Amino acid sequence: MPAPLKMITTRWDQLDGHTLEGYERTGGYTALRKALTMEPDAVVEEVKAANLAGRGGAGFPCGTKWSFLPKDVFPRYLVVNGDESEPGTYKDRILLERDPHQLIEGVLIASWAIKAKQAFIYIRGEMPYAHERVAQALNDAYNAGYVGKNICGTDFSIDVMLHWGAGAYIVGEETALIESLEGNRGMPRLKPPFFPATQGLYMQPTVVNNVETLSNLPWIINNGASQFTSYGNEKNTGTRLFAVSGHVKNPGVFEVEFGTTTFRELFYDKQFCGGIRNDHRVKAFIPGGGSAPWFYEEDLDTPLDAGVVGSKGSMLGSGAIVVMDETTDMVKATWRLVKFFAKESCGKCSPCREGTNWLEKIYRRILEGHGRPQDIELLLDVADNISPGLTWPPKQTTICPLGPSAAAGALPGSVKRFRSEYEAYIAAARPLIPVNGH
Amino acid sequence: MTDTNTPEAPKKTTLTVTIDGTAIEANPGELLIAAAERTGTFIPRFCWHPRMTEVGMCRMCLVEVSGPRGMSLQPACMQKCGEGMVVETKSDVVKKAQDGVLEFLLVNHPLDCPVCDKGGECPLQDQTLTFGPGESRFVEEKRHFEKPISISELVLLDRERCILCDRCTRFSKEVAGDPLIHFINRGNTTEVNTFPEDPFSSYFSGNVVQICPVGALTASPYRFAARPWDLDQVESTCTSCAVGCQTVIQSSGDQITRFQGVDSDPVNWGWLCDKGRFGYEAVSTSARIGGPLMRNAAGELQPATWIDSLDAVATRLRTYQPNEIGVIGGARLTNEDQYAWVKLAKSVLRTDNVDAQLADGLPAEAWIGLPAGTIDDLANASLVINLGPDIKEELPVLFLRLRDAVTQKKRTPFVEFSPLSNSLTSIANASLHYRPGEVAVLVEAVLDAVGGKTAERQISGLEAAAINDFAAVVAKATSSGKGSGKVVVLLGRASLADSTDSVVEAAGRLMAQLPNVVFLPTMRRANLRGALDLGMSPGLLPGRVTQADGRAWFASHWPSVPSNVGLDTVGMLESAAAGGLKALVLLGADLLADFPDRGLVERALAKVDYVVAVDSITNETNSQAHVVLGACGFAEKNGTTTNLEGRITTVAAKVSAPGTSRPDWMIATMLASQLGADLGFENVESITDEIGRVAPAHRGITSASFGERANVDGILIPIPVVADAVADDGVEDGVEAPVDADSSDGTVETAAEPVGPAVPTLLSIRPSSVPAVVPTPDSYSLRLVVSRTLYDNGVHTQSSPSLAKLAPRAGIRLNPGEAERHGLRDGDRVKVLSQTADLITSVITDDRVPRGVAHFLHNQPGVSATVLMDQVAMQSEGITKVRLETVGS
Amino acid sequence: MARFSPASLERARELVDHYPRPKSATIPLCHLAQEQDGYLTDSAMEQIAELVGCTPAEVYGTASFYEMFKFHEVGKYLIGVCTNISCMLSGGEELLDHAAESLGIRAGSTTADGMFTLEEMECLAACTEAPCLQVNYRYHHKVSNGEFDQLVADLRAGKTNTPPHGTLGRVRQSIPADRRANHDRL
Ligand SMILES: Cc1cc2nc3c(=O)[nH]c(=O)nc-3n(C[C@H](O)[C@H](O)[C@H](O)COP(=O)(O)O)c2cc1C
Ligand code: SF4
Ligand code: FES
Repeated sequence: MPAPLKMITTRWDQLDGHTLEGYERTGGYTALRKALTMEPDAVVEEVKAANLAGRGGAGFPCGTKWSFLPKDVFPRYLVVNGDESEPGTYKDRILLERDPHQLIEGVLIASWAIKAKQAFIYIRGEMPYAHERVAQALNDAYNAGYVGKNICGTDFSIDVMLHWGAGAYIVGEETALIESLEGNRGMPRLKPPFFPATQGLYMQPTVVNNVETLSNLPWIINNGASQFTSYGNEKNTGTRLFAVSGHVKNPGVFEVEFGTTTFRELFYDKQFCGGIRNDHRVKAFIPGGGSAPWFYEEDLDTPLDAGVVGSKGSMLGSGAIVVMDETTDMVKATWRLVKFFAKESCGKCSPCREGTNWLEKIYRRILEGHGRPQDIELLLDVADNISPGLTWPPKQTTICPLGPSAAAGALPGSVKRFRSEYEAYIAAARPLIPVNGH
Repeated sequence: MTDTNTPEAPKKTTLTVTIDGTAIEANPGELLIAAAERTGTFIPRFCWHPRMTEVGMCRMCLVEVSGPRGMSLQPACMQKCGEGMVVETKSDVVKKAQDGVLEFLLVNHPLDCPVCDKGGECPLQDQTLTFGPGESRFVEEKRHFEKPISISELVLLDRERCILCDRCTRFSKEVAGDPLIHFINRGNTTEVNTFPEDPFSSYFSGNVVQICPVGALTASPYRFAARPWDLDQVESTCTSCAVGCQTVIQSSGDQITRFQGVDSDPVNWGWLCDKGRFGYEAVSTSARIGGPLMRNAAGELQPATWIDSLDAVATRLRTYQPNEIGVIGGARLTNEDQYAWVKLAKSVLRTDNVDAQLADGLPAEAWIGLPAGTIDDLANASLVINLGPDIKEELPVLFLRLRDAVTQKKRTPFVEFSPLSNSLTSIANASLHYRPGEVAVLVEAVLDAVGGKTAERQISGLEAAAINDFAAVVAKATSSGKGSGKVVVLLGRASLADSTDSVVEAAGRLMAQLPNVVFLPTMRRANLRGALDLGMSPGLLPGRVTQADGRAWFASHWPSVPSNVGLDTVGMLESAAAGGLKALVLLGADLLADFPDRGLVERALAKVDYVVAVDSITNETNSQAHVVLGACGFAEKNGTTTNLEGRITTVAAKVSAPGTSRPDWMIATMLASQLGADLGFENVESITDEIGRVAPAHRGITSASFGERANVDGILIPIPVVADAVADDGVEDGVEAPVDADSSDGTVETAAEPVGPAVPTLLSIRPSSVPAVVPTPDSYSLRLVVSRTLYDNGVHTQSSPSLAKLAPRAGIRLNPGEAERHGLRDGDRVKVLSQTADLITSVITDDRVPRGVAHFLHNQPGVSATVLMDQVAMQSEGITKVRLETVGS
Repeated sequence: MARFSPASLERARELVDHYPRPKSATIPLCHLAQEQDGYLTDSAMEQIAELVGCTPAEVYGTASFYEMFKFHEVGKYLIGVCTNISCMLSGGEELLDHAAESLGIRAGSTTADGMFTLEEMECLAACTEAPCLQVNYRYHHKVSNGEFDQLVADLRAGKTNTPPHGTLGRVRQSIPADRRANHDRL
């Protein structure tokens, strides 16, 4: 049984871990000083060697992303993605509230490594407490000379700006985040050509990293890449935070060794969730956020390994695991996720704007007792027009994966596996619309 | 091949892309959707517009494109062509995706095609009919919005029909620079709207109606006026101003119903301004003249026959000496009309008192022979310098081209000199606002600073640092090596209340001291360039030649050629007022409204013996004529017109003229015949052909030239001469042909001339750098600035009900500080006095007006600032001074 | 009301200075205006447009994209109950129903006394603490019906330290004036 391992949650139970004093007392800002003695490129190499995968959802290797920045194009920016809004996801908020300096130190190390001119910490609008904690931490870090002009007495100057959102899930998508930070509607840009590394904030080279990703940097610099890679497995190094919610006995956010722990261990072990509510059976679970296709009982022994989960047609995504027991109404659960995407569509792409709302309306009609037999095929075909083939990772008729997540995430599995539940709704229905319609 | 002497194969500059199995050549950077269309494959689209940044959001243009991970669906509008790229536009995958997108777009789109304005010309409807599913699978309730809302005086929006393609909103921000409409809300509730109580008042608002791919945006003047399938159309050129935008005129039942912009690459890119687009209402105004009018016994103008009226005019004109007759106006006529009138005036009436300008432009001899630039030159220049008016007000679509060059991808450097801050100031890299009458002084200071002699003290009220900063921008742009290397100067008249000497001097200085300077005239009247190129100016003859140079040549083509240089409009009016000039022929000239010295016009009209007005709409001046000859207006006659670049394009008749109105050339021909002369014209084509034979700048153009494929964008004059044609004539004949190395299109082979007088050389000038009068500072008075605005009290605007209401508030515009100094507040009544007259108007405070300046918009309803002006004083002092007096309430 | 107070205006200018391009300050300034007035007024948007150098339509276009900006008055306390998947599985919908019943209003509306606006929320990042709600974006975890009623009573009685709607973080970041981004704006 894996032992509890703490890399980035060490201060969660320290009452003053969020203060500068508490942070410094527990080893804070030593990694920054160390990094500043290294060449920026050496820091990049270290992070590459650590094989740190992005924790925002896409899992792209952090060091590799940094090395995509075009040479000699300045200014460059670092943008921290703290928009955490993916259904089921709850980790970045805790990191922001309980250990803001750890993130700031990570931001400073990353800024040094990529030679950024300015960094922005974009925090979701609905999190004023996180916002206050980070603001205080930044003010203290500025005063202590960790941020600002000639930090830690070196030639390096860097400003870190706290920016806050105002309620829009799509802004978590990195190009939408950049648009939002520019003061615009948070509508994604098409990649290519608008890869942040080349044409990001103000069309300058930009790195967008997740809060958790950057929070790993102090540990990596302090302990070295080889130490880091000694945890987890070859492709899944270090630890990861998983928020397990839904029908488990002890929901919670757990730091676990990446790639080795299984879902079953996470759900049933005492140190984690301690079993399913009322000792029910697992009917389905979301392995990596509201976008991800569902897993079922037979997938419980899958390790929390991004590659393995991917090869089984889903994703670990943002580390959001939601467990549904045997009592769950699967039509309704699917509807709730589809409804989320329909509401959060930015409206840019016709298939997403119109299609997700169409799906939601069909679901609602079925749930309200007005379903028609042909609605099941219609759901699948409308979904297929948003994400051709309904595969995962999804194919897109859209700019970003939001619309396709509504179509190819929970929906196809739910319809196929729980078809009888759909049919039951429809059998009991009093259709309002002629059934012989198209 | 290494063993031969063949030079290395030129590096391949194009890419090969395979579309549906056929290899095509594409240009690097070219978008797939454009390359496909160019080579005959139409990929459906809604959001993409070739003149705006691609956004890839409707997703209609999805096609399969090969990539590192095999074929994938990509929007063709965002996809740049790549070497070896394989594209499928008709595969099953593509068809399913496109059908899916179409269905999504229809999900919330009302099925009201039969009552929609766009019905019949709607891409969404067309796509649906061609490819779409027969029946809707969407059985839920559609999205509802309040039915059409008005987003401006001219444009209505039906949000239920909108497919959120971002075309109108992109246009407003990117092209027009008026981001007053925007996406509001998110996702499925997104709508286009304005900020509350802040309408989309843009000079370019009509374009959004044209580019809307569905019937969401409609023009209030057009709505329900006609159904697209009733329309019959013809291509033409807008003659609302001198840009020469290409249009189609559509009509239904002999009524004009709509103008649409046509994408002419060197000119308007498909855009029109609202004045050009909606001004067609003037064609059918009740103020149309409709035929000849003569005074009856009671002195009232009454309809008459052509025979009677022309006989009367001819009889009367015969009683005057040639130099007692003057012809004023004609800048809005077609080239053929102008040539006919010039030929009548200069060779039959034998007067050289002919002037198309009303002292509101620049003297012809000061600019028509300058090295000429084109609109594309402007866009590609290393530096653009404005010495003229606010072109957004006078030449709106030229402003769009300049704005595109300056603010979009090209980032063409642009600096401006003007007496006020205006729309150009907001896009310029540097601006200097000179004191009226002092532009030359300032240009001299800037050029000194560019040359290293930096300014050390205030000049024209401006700080030395501002001048030096401006000079630094000029120096950097001209030495950067970026752009075409040309410096394009926009040359025109920023204020009607100054003498022209200072701006002419400024132009001369720029040309003398900066590299590769070319000029683009920014005088507003539609065919002014044509008029002057065809000799509608004292001392000039058709084809951009002086009387002196062209006399021998024209003597061999015309019955006679004037023997002296005549008077310009100021001279004619002064002479008339003094009893010298006895008869005035006004070709569409509304002197009382437009001439910048109303007193002089009144004195001249009071004294002159006989006034003949040739015009199409009744106005204040032609109402005082003895005889009025009703002429055809725009859209009622065929011919050609010349834009400010010297580009000749066609105008076309689409509807019949009211009553017995005749085209101006025919009136000239008929009058000549009453005078016993035969101008030799049978139809418009015969005139076009004669111009091409005798006018040196136009040589080789025939009426057939305009139908040629190479000339779709018109013909730029002067025509570059093909070397062989010159050689044929033999140099010993002394035949010199006009050569203009800069012209790149519209090459026409010049026919060999029979031996005779030599073709005259084209006028080529360097503007004088003779120092103009520098006005003396005077703290007692204000300097008057009178500038034009798009919507004014001119008959054209006032006869178009949709536009008439857009004319801004009349009044004297003062800097708030200046107003305060005079104890005035916004809205107060004030008396404005000049040396010659005074008027009472209200104060409008405006911080774009510098202190020391009194600003009027020209010809606004209610006030005529022209009463304050005096041509004599303007010439001697360089400016017009006014004083303010408070009036008791 | 509605235009920035002198203090807010100073803060607004400072915020504009924090960014390399003024338009980036749009959202922070909208928050600032909403903090002052409780919602985003038309005149505030006009003033923000002036401050960041764009048109009011552009400010409105940006602001209306985001859930948190309100264009009409809302209650002093905005209660947002999450009903997204994790909360739904643990009684979020029932909590919302209870809230609606006990406040006597439907989600999306405001009580007659102007005290409360009730909203259905999307995932609030408190999934392991379901069902959860926010009052003016301040979290309340694992809320039972009884706790909800007590919370409402406390809010009515002014016994909480929840600030009025619109108040964002009460700790502000202050950046030294010489480190503000506008110092090297293009
Ligand atoms: C619809 C959508 C929502 C997303 N939301 C978030 C988010 O809330 N937080 C986040 O860090 N990444 C989010 N992402 C992923 C980001 O686009 C991006 O990959 C990530 O921030 C990169 O950081 P990382 O490499 O450190 O993981 C989202 C992506 C999509 C498509
Ligand atoms: S897929 Fe949806 S959310 Fe993503 S860009 Fe398109 S419309 Fe916006
Ligand atoms: S035309 Fe390409 S996405 Fe609209």
